[in-house]
Amino acid sequence: MAAVSPDGLRYPPAVQLLTPEGERVSHPDYSIDLSETDLRGLYRDMVLVRRIDAEATALQRQGELGLWASCLGQEAAQVGSGRALRADDYAFPTYRDHGVTWSRGISPLEMLAMYRGVTNGGWNPTEKRCALATIVIGNQALHAVGYAMGVQLDGADVATIAYFGDGATAEGDVNEAFVFAAVYNAPVVFFCQNNQWAISQPRDRQSRVPIYERAAGFGFPGVQVDGNDIVAVMAVTRAALDRARNGDGPTLIEAFTYRMSAHTTSDDPTRYRHADELEVWRLRDPIERLKVHLARQGMADRNFFDQVDREAEDLAVHVREGARAMPEPAGETMFDNVYAEPHALLDQQRAALVEFEASFADEVHT
Amino acid sequence: MTTMTMAKALNVGLRRAMESDSRVLLFGEDIGRLGGVFRITDGLQKDFGEHRVMDAPLAESGIVGTAVGLAMRGYRPVVEIQFDGFVYPAFDQIVSQVAKLHRRSEGMLAMPIVIRIPFGGGIGAVEHHSESPEAYFAHTAGLRVLSPSDPQAAYLTIQQAIACQDPVVYFEPKRRYWDKGDVDEAVDALDPSQAPDPWRARIVRRGSDVTVACYGPMVRTCLEAATASADASIEVVDLQSLSPLDIDTLAESVERTGRLVVVHEAAGSLGLGAEVAARITERCFFALEAPVLRVTGYDVPYPPSRVEEHFLPGLDRVLDAVDRAMEY
Ligand SMILES: Cc1ncc(C[n+]2csc(CCOP(=O)(O)OP(=O)(O)O)c2C)c(N)n1
Ligand SMILES: [Mg+2]
Repeated sequence: MAAVSPDGLRYPPAVQLLTPEGERVSHPDYSIDLSETDLRGLYRDMVLVRRIDAEATALQRQGELGLWASCLGQEAAQVGSGRALRADDYAFPTYRDHGVTWSRGISPLEMLAMYRGVTNGGWNPTEKRCALATIVIGNQALHAVGYAMGVQLDGADVATIAYFGDGATAEGDVNEAFVFAAVYNAPVVFFCQNNQWAISQPRDRQSRVPIYERAAGFGFPGVQVDGNDIVAVMAVTRAALDRARNGDGPTLIEAFTYRMSAHTTSDDPTRYRHADELEVWRLRDPIERLKVHLARQGMADRNFFDQVDREAEDLAVHVREGARAMPEPAGETMFDNVYAEPHALLDQQRAALVEFEASFADEVHT
Repeated sequence: MTTMTMAKALNVGLRRAMESDSRVLLFGEDIGRLGGVFRITDGLQKDFGEHRVMDAPLAESGIVGTAVGLAMRGYRPVVEIQFDGFVYPAFDQIVSQVAKLHRRSEGMLAMPIVIRIPFGGGIGAVEHHSESPEAYFAHTAGLRVLSPSDPQAAYLTIQQAIACQDPVVYFEPKRRYWDKGDVDEAVDALDPSQAPDPWRARIVRRGSDVTVACYGPMVRTCLEAATASADASIEVVDLQSLSPLDIDTLAESVERTGRLVVVHEAAGSLGLGAEVAARITERCFFALEAPVLRVTGYDVPYPPSRVEEHFLPGLDRVLDAVDRAMEY
């Protein structure tokens, strides 16, 4: 039964293949064959990502991280699309997309490093085929299009995927990315996680029509998928990536989901949203529905679930200890890699900083 | 007198401005129900309504660009940019339009827009949340640039900026938002006989050996340095107006002390300090007993938070520069 929320949005969205009750349903345009192993793998991914996310939130509370942006509730959107990518495809994530970076083989400690404040990066983008997490809203959408244009020039069999939120759809950069992608018929997938909120602003502050509908105006297809249904997300994303690789151009995917947590650890959502919204979305939890499905279909038993939980706990310990043990960067590292070529002024400033700080080496400062 | 934080002083100042002129509008991301991520606009939407305190779509160029149109329609938009590092999408509108329309229209259009930007580091934030981009704006003719350093100055200058017929880029030192100070709410900010001229520098501490010029977040740092200084008597000048620069007040101070150190968080190269040094050298060459020295951020992108203490000018670096000035 489709429920209409106060802002006129329907649930479930157009494409759903796994209901919140764990029922597999079919769709005329999208189907996907996932083996038992695939589904168990996706379940494991989501549980581990959620555990990393919870641990990072706890570490922030303990002062070990400066900030954390939680992906709670969005695991299916992120892992489902991230796992739809081929090894050669290239992802352009935001600060919240830990399920995407996980899918690209980025380790939890690499994810946490930026939030601990030891780096503004975290991983090797070229090796992981995954750009650094972009904080400035919308910037990366253009990068994904540009990379896709390069792929096209090379005649390579690669697609890119740009991640952004509902709020980002208001930014010029995202709209310009749509224009460029359409004009150059670039092999890019725009993956918008509509988690209903941009900090305190509800989705209707950014768009008066469902986000996926905007694609038509730019000249490429848009599709709305149940972002909490990992099977549907994977099916829709795979289709869009194939389409891009086949030379048929961009697609906008709107993954309809919900930010179950605060915007970041600095945010207090009780100031702007009602708890009953959360209750509604709790029933649509992405992990629970896959779990029910696996259990009902006899694809996984108690043993499997327990084993994944144990793995998650071990991972949490690893994350906790690893975060605390991250080496403190020395002050002079701020001069590293500002330029690729030698730079006399910075060499001078670095030497001055080192000398100045060394002059205090014997003193105790408070 | 009421003791309040700078955040509260700005909030009260905005409230006063909205009460005294119904054409004052607040515009920005998350400023309504949330009251802004720093709560500077807390409660204002509730009291003035959604038409005067507007949550804007997430688009800075859109916010400033529409503010231009609102100003053309006779409104006085006060826009909030959520963090320093997010002003750049609006840079084109600010530099190409906001700064130039009065001139291009031969004075027929005014641009009484205030662009509030929390700026500076020292709060342990992630990238793009700790920058000091004031020089870009001070470099741009047609814009005025203000930065308050304490609650009283914030309370007065925010109202004066809003009343100003020119566009004002208003840099709020975010790491001082929670510092408390006395605010005299009885002062009418718009009455020149009661409130100081916002475009004048302020001598915030008297001294005789060295003048230390600073603004925004560095004023407290420099005052602490002045207190800590055992050897030199330090005069602290809060520039407050970064464009136009009040060189008269500063020159008067330097004529007395004979030495000048300029302090800011922004990178040194082509920063405010360079401009101040040049102007003071031109004006006070024969009074100077030492070259004008600068204590600034390094010429690197703002570093990750675990390194920021090495980047930011602190007491030690200010006092070291004072010592060096004294040794000439
Ligand atoms: C250009 C820019 N403006 C403002 C911000 C501050 N900011 C950080 S996240 C955010 C909301 C983003 O909402 P959305 O795009 O829906 O992504 P979500 O955080 O919900 O994942 C804002 C306004 C920013 N990071 N970049
Ligand atoms: Mg959102």
